[in-house]
Amino acid sequence: MKRVTIDPITRLEGHGKVEVFLNDAGDVENVYFQVPELRGFEVFCLGRPVEEVARITTRICGVCPEAHHMAAAKAADAVYHVDPPSAAKKLRELLYMAFYVTDHATHFYALGGPDFVVGPDAPAAERNILGVIGKVGVEAGLKVVNARHALHGIIKMLGGRSIHPVMAIPGGVSKPINEDERKQIEEVAKVAVEFGKWSLQLFDDIVLKNSDYVDLILSDTYAHKTYNMGLVDENNHINFYDGKIRVTDPEGKEFAKFEAKDYRDHIEERVEPYSYLKYPFLKNVGWKGFVDGMDSGVYKATPLSRCNAADGVATPVAQEAYDKMYSTLGGKPVHATLATHWARLVELTYAAEHMLELATDPEITAGTREGITPGLDKALMKEIRTIPTETPTEGVGVVEAPRGTLYHHYKTDENGITTDVNLIVGTTNNNAAISMSLKKAAKGMIKKGEEITETTLNLVEMAFRAYDPCLSCATHSLPGKMPLEVVVYDSDGNKIASKRKNC
Amino acid sequence: MAKAKIALYWAASCGGCEIAVLDIGDKILKVVEKADIVFWPCVMDFKYKDVEDMPDGHIDITLFNGAIRTTENEHMAKLLRQKSKVLVAYGSCSSEGCIPGLANQSDRKGIFDYVYSEVPSTVNPDGTRPQTLTKVKEGDLTLPAFYDTVKTLEQVVPVDYFVPGCPPVEDQTWAVLEAALGGNLPPAGSVVGAGTTALCEDCPRERKEKKVKRFYRPIDIIPDPEQCLLDQGIICCGVVTRTGCGAQCPSVNMPCRGCYGPPEGVADQGAKLISVLGSIIDSTDPDEIEKACETFYDPLGTGYRFGLPNSILRRKMIK
Repeated sequence: MKRVTIDPITRLEGHGKVEVFLNDAGDVENVYFQVPELRGFEVFCLGRPVEEVARITTRICGVCPEAHHMAAAKAADAVYHVDPPSAAKKLRELLYMAFYVTDHATHFYALGGPDFVVGPDAPAAERNILGVIGKVGVEAGLKVVNARHALHGIIKMLGGRSIHPVMAIPGGVSKPINEDERKQIEEVAKVAVEFGKWSLQLFDDIVLKNSDYVDLILSDTYAHKTYNMGLVDENNHINFYDGKIRVTDPEGKEFAKFEAKDYRDHIEERVEPYSYLKYPFLKNVGWKGFVDGMDSGVYKATPLSRCNAADGVATPVAQEAYDKMYSTLGGKPVHATLATHWARLVELTYAAEHMLELATDPEITAGTREGITPGLDKALMKEIRTIPTETPTEGVGVVEAPRGTLYHHYKTDENGITTDVNLIVGTTNNNAAISMSLKKAAKGMIKKGEEITETTLNLVEMAFRAYDPCLSCATHSLPGKMPLEVVVYDSDGNKIASKRKNC
Repeated sequence: MAKAKIALYWAASCGGCEIAVLDIGDKILKVVEKADIVFWPCVMDFKYKDVEDMPDGHIDITLFNGAIRTTENEHMAKLLRQKSKVLVAYGSCSSEGCIPGLANQSDRKGIFDYVYSEVPSTVNPDGTRPQTLTKVKEGDLTLPAFYDTVKTLEQVVPVDYFVPGCPPVEDQTWAVLEAALGGNLPPAGSVVGAGTTALCEDCPRERKEKKVKRFYRPIDIIPDPEQCLLDQGIICCGVVTRTGCGAQCPSVNMPCRGCYGPPEGVADQGAKLISVLGSIIDSTDPDEIEKACETFYDPLGTGYRFGLPNSILRRKMIK
């Protein structure tokens, strides 16, 4: 049996490791995706005042702390049986939309996008953000950098900090925004909408007008017919902050639609001895191993999954892009993993458009009045914060993190001190699907007798990168930045070839 | 003058420190002007083996973020110490243990039992646990070992400088890099990229007399936006926390939780907090004092949230 280790730098560095075993004929026999790190947040969030958990779980991930902050705050709302005022929900969602635009932009331009914009077979040295700038021009590159910077400024304005924000509290938010701040946000939101349109156009020009890329996206090597999961609003439109969790089957039919609090009726997680990361699956289908199809409980929760699980998008430009994506790729559902990049831009545009809607919502400056120091009038503060009065018990909070549906579940004693904590984080949902995608891509790309080239490795890695796996959430590395080392061993375990690439 | 050689590495952390370095924005270009980045696995293409092959002391400055949680974290800490002239514990995790260090209230078995068996969505009737070695039919699969105790970087190797903060704020990060590149670092052993006094010095809130009958959690009351939070009875750790962040959390009406660690001269942030809170209870009646103390719900998770591994307590006793 030959063995190919795809390991970020070495086994000792542990940011996710892929072991590819070849059979005696030289074809791929099996692939294992391992996550070599655990921190144990579920345990050390126990015994804490539940409102503090929203300030602790942000440290699960420095890339998407906003997602954990919001899920934790929503879970704590539920624990206290308190429904925040609608303006407070809008302020949270406003911060969350700003985050979504910047997060999706980072992935598209710095991490996943270079594969398409620069090309999957471009030299590794060019397959990065600088290569993207080289291809689209410095001015365009600056557009990305500036949009990201401005959005981080909004996150800090609303959340207190640009990394690990603190504004969401059970019952609402800690601070209102005044008209001056609102105007600044509106300006940035307008830029974000234009940025979304520009990004879609760029995808159209560079990817869709190149039939090789389109063929690659649609190739069977990068496809898995799994179930799809995503949060939807009352119209079954994509929603990131609130709604019901909808699951569609591999044919695209609704399989389940449930409230956050009922997640345990639908999701179970299993443990494998070779990874610190668990494997969630749909309980009512069952675990059948690392396989796709109607009978396997494996599901995906990605930007593409959210598009598949929804009936549409609530904003006009994004809806148009959504329709175009499905008409180009042959209708719903789309199972092509690489189309996730396109779906990400559809979502980016939705987040930007919705950010602008929220920034111009008359309610968004609730809690402030001209001439009054924000927060000084406590009666006004009730427009953005409801002090809980009921005895706390148990609650589940769910948001769509950019990398998948994020579940926080807490139980507390009568003082709101946590006694049970359970977390299913974005990337974890996709653990089984990522493993399968790697196996299929390896089978498609590594052929007996053929040299394993840089391009081969990148083509395998692309299957992985499409998920934008945030192993920070599961481990601690940055999403998508996975250097790979492939070592080929013969059946006696002797190293016969070695290749390495960085993304 | 030869360019300085810089390395950046992360162990058990959230990635926020890496983002904080990237957030210095276009100044990163100034860094590249003056220094060669010889190892930064998350951003640039260098092998672990490249580090192993370097002569000892080859790297001028290594910024190390993240706590020591596994065998691999410790291995890299030792290797980078050997290869670096100056080793900087960058951020709260490597300086103090930070939030991952709260895991020291449990141990490996406690964490594994809870995460892999007890949580409600996990179904694991066979009690499977991740193993350092798993034999599958195709061969062996390995994982790094998970320690009982989270350690700071200094508890594993000697450290030259400490940059506090979760994460360190942009301008402080830049100040440290600028000083390092210009050869203007203070004597080894110093805390850099932060002040020396308590955060209250930087907090714009108005302070009056601290006398409280009870403590409040942030959830209990809507605070006055201009008055000191602790004066209002809301437990704020600013009084036992080093300056450096610019009082970001109090700026949005939320109390400080101490991510910049204790100020100069304070050995144990949590013990100091308890001492401060004890001194502001406005009563001499034992029952009243007892009642006031009962409103302080989570001393460990408040005063030691960012520094349990580096505190005098360090961890819960292992029986």
